[in-house]
Amino acid sequence: MDLTQYMPTWLFEHGPAFLIAVPLLLAAITAILPSRRLAWWSTTTMTVILVIAALALAQYENANGMDVYRMGGWNPPYGISLVVDALSAPILVLIAAMAVMTMLYAMPATLAEVEPKKRAPFYAAFLLCMAGLMGMVITGDAFNVFVFLEVSSISTYVLVAMGASRDRRALVSAYNYLILGSIGATFFVIGIGFLYMETGTLNMADMGRILSEMDGGSRVSMVAFGFIIVGLGLKLAMFPLHNWLPGAYAYSPTAVTTFLASTATKAALYLLIRFTFFVFNPEFDYVAAILTYLIVGLGVVGMLFASAQAIFQTDIRRALAFSSVAQVGYMLLGIGIATTASVAAGYLHLINHAVIKGGLFLAVGAMWYRFGITRSADFRGLAKTMPWTMGAFTLCGFSLIGVPFTAGFVSKVALAEAAAEQGYWWSVGVIMLSSILAIFYVGRVLMTAYFQDPPEVDGQVVAKNEAPLMMLIPMWILALTSIAIGMNIFGASDLIVGVSERAADALLSAGG
Amino acid sequence: MIADIFQQYNYAVVIILMMTGLYTVFSSRNLIKKLVGLSIFQTSVFLLYITIGKVADAQPPILQKVYDGEEDDYTHQAIETVQVAASEGGYSYATDILYSNPLPHVLILTAIVVGVATLAIGLSLVVRIREVYQTIEEDEIDALDYAFNLEGTDNPVNAGAAE
Repeated sequence: MDLTQYMPTWLFEHGPAFLIAVPLLLAAITAILPSRRLAWWSTTTMTVILVIAALALAQYENANGMDVYRMGGWNPPYGISLVVDALSAPILVLIAAMAVMTMLYAMPATLAEVEPKKRAPFYAAFLLCMAGLMGMVITGDAFNVFVFLEVSSISTYVLVAMGASRDRRALVSAYNYLILGSIGATFFVIGIGFLYMETGTLNMADMGRILSEMDGGSRVSMVAFGFIIVGLGLKLAMFPLHNWLPGAYAYSPTAVTTFLASTATKAALYLLIRFTFFVFNPEFDYVAAILTYLIVGLGVVGMLFASAQAIFQTDIRRALAFSSVAQVGYMLLGIGIATTASVAAGYLHLINHAVIKGGLFLAVGAMWYRFGITRSADFRGLAKTMPWTMGAFTLCGFSLIGVPFTAGFVSKVALAEAAAEQGYWWSVGVIMLSSILAIFYVGRVLMTAYFQDPPEVDGQVVAKNEAPLMMLIPMWILALTSIAIGMNIFGASDLIVGVSERAADALLSAGG
Repeated sequence: MIADIFQQYNYAVVIILMMTGLYTVFSSRNLIKKLVGLSIFQTSVFLLYITIGKVADAQPPILQKVYDGEEDDYTHQAIETVQVAASEGGYSYATDILYSNPLPHVLILTAIVVGVATLAIGLSLVVRIREVYQTIEEDEIDALDYAFNLEGTDNPVNAGAAE
């Protein structure tokens, strides 16, 4: 369906600014709205409008090529530019779409886990977080990236801490996230400072041009690259820097977990791709060395180590959080191999994993909502008590493992092919091994849910108690999307594979 | 060697502050002290940015009167310069006067605001932690959470029925 013809023309002139400015303004208004219902409606309407606008912009970009918006009419490289190109457009759609799913789910969920007077601020912080993530993805200015990174991070700390009314450990998790997140952002901004010293510009396209003219530049840009990798590594939970993640995912409100797991680390990963291939260039010696030895190495170790850690978690949300760290490893492997096919596979896995993990966390959140359970041992008989929720969990769980005809299978095969093409045969083995480990931590939950009887409480077997419709709808949309991608229903697989190949093509041809 | 250090005095201060801050964050077990360390760490970056804005023998970046025309001509020229730069880009304002680079100062003003916001959120989290745990020492908080886990009371049975 071509949305572009239904859209007003101003959207294509000012769309990029619209995507960020309007949610930021609305956040301020939402924070002081007297009624939480009104706050929910305004936020949800906003997210729906944004997903339509982002989709229309992506289609417009697809037809007419890269769209550069000059903020305030100042020309790049002096002014700040917003760029919708083949790489950023799909991530914008992804963030907006996941925000809609989260908001649908949040209506019943926030009633249970956020105190009444904090609900309007909760939605305001959510809008801020989303606007920050959109800004990180769309901006073409390196310092602007830092500002939006902090806008989204600071609102995320607040959102995580709101889990305190349910579990006090949310406070400590939010604090740890704040410390590590701020260190990460500060490392990033040090890197930007060094890049500015070297190139004298903040526009990312201009930086990339000047750096290639200088053939990688001096030691200053090497140091800059190091700082940027570590800073973004902290934000995207690259393997040894992932310590903040399990706590933040496990104790924040369930709606927040879903949104964070499917967008926050993904936006940081997008920035890593943007900086390594667009600003820097894998043709520089030091970038190639970091990609081959550090990014691939940490990706592979992360896949195995985090998957193994996931098996030993008793709390299902912590297990899924460690699994997220492992999945980031797959994407890092794709980025590290640095061919068009492998970056496309990494990008594809990024999108697929956002859909899969979003669905899983929604299902787990619904189980908590009904029965207050988070430990996998308490999942006994859930297939009987919550059949629809468990069905969505099962589909997404299979997709996470990479069972054929699911989204996870498509991207893992693409990644394995791309790795084998470059002679990384051993990494194909690691992908297999990590997927087998996934069978253990997902399978254990499924076994408990399907093959054990519901527990007895006060002498009575727990009755069937399905999740509310508002939770089932987003959950099943994501589960079915994952299946549609896996089986190429409505050409979903072709579409997403095409999008990621186009993104990788644009990136690697522009850099070289 | 020593001359180099004195010439690059600012960078030495930046490195010392950066390491002090980072070490404090990782070595301290007190939540407030960690935030203090984080602030020192961020401040070192502010100093780094301000340092790179300095151009040797340059004047503060304020447009100077460059010729002996009418008083109005000077203001006029300054505004025109900005407007041309905005509309065409790549326009350079030809002058003999060497100005310092004002851009890093502007950037760091933003970063200072971000730092203040982070510190405010961090401190308010510590207030909440102190209310709930009655302590701001990380070791004691870990011990409390560990005991909490062992009891298995981290499992609110009737959650979801909050309203």
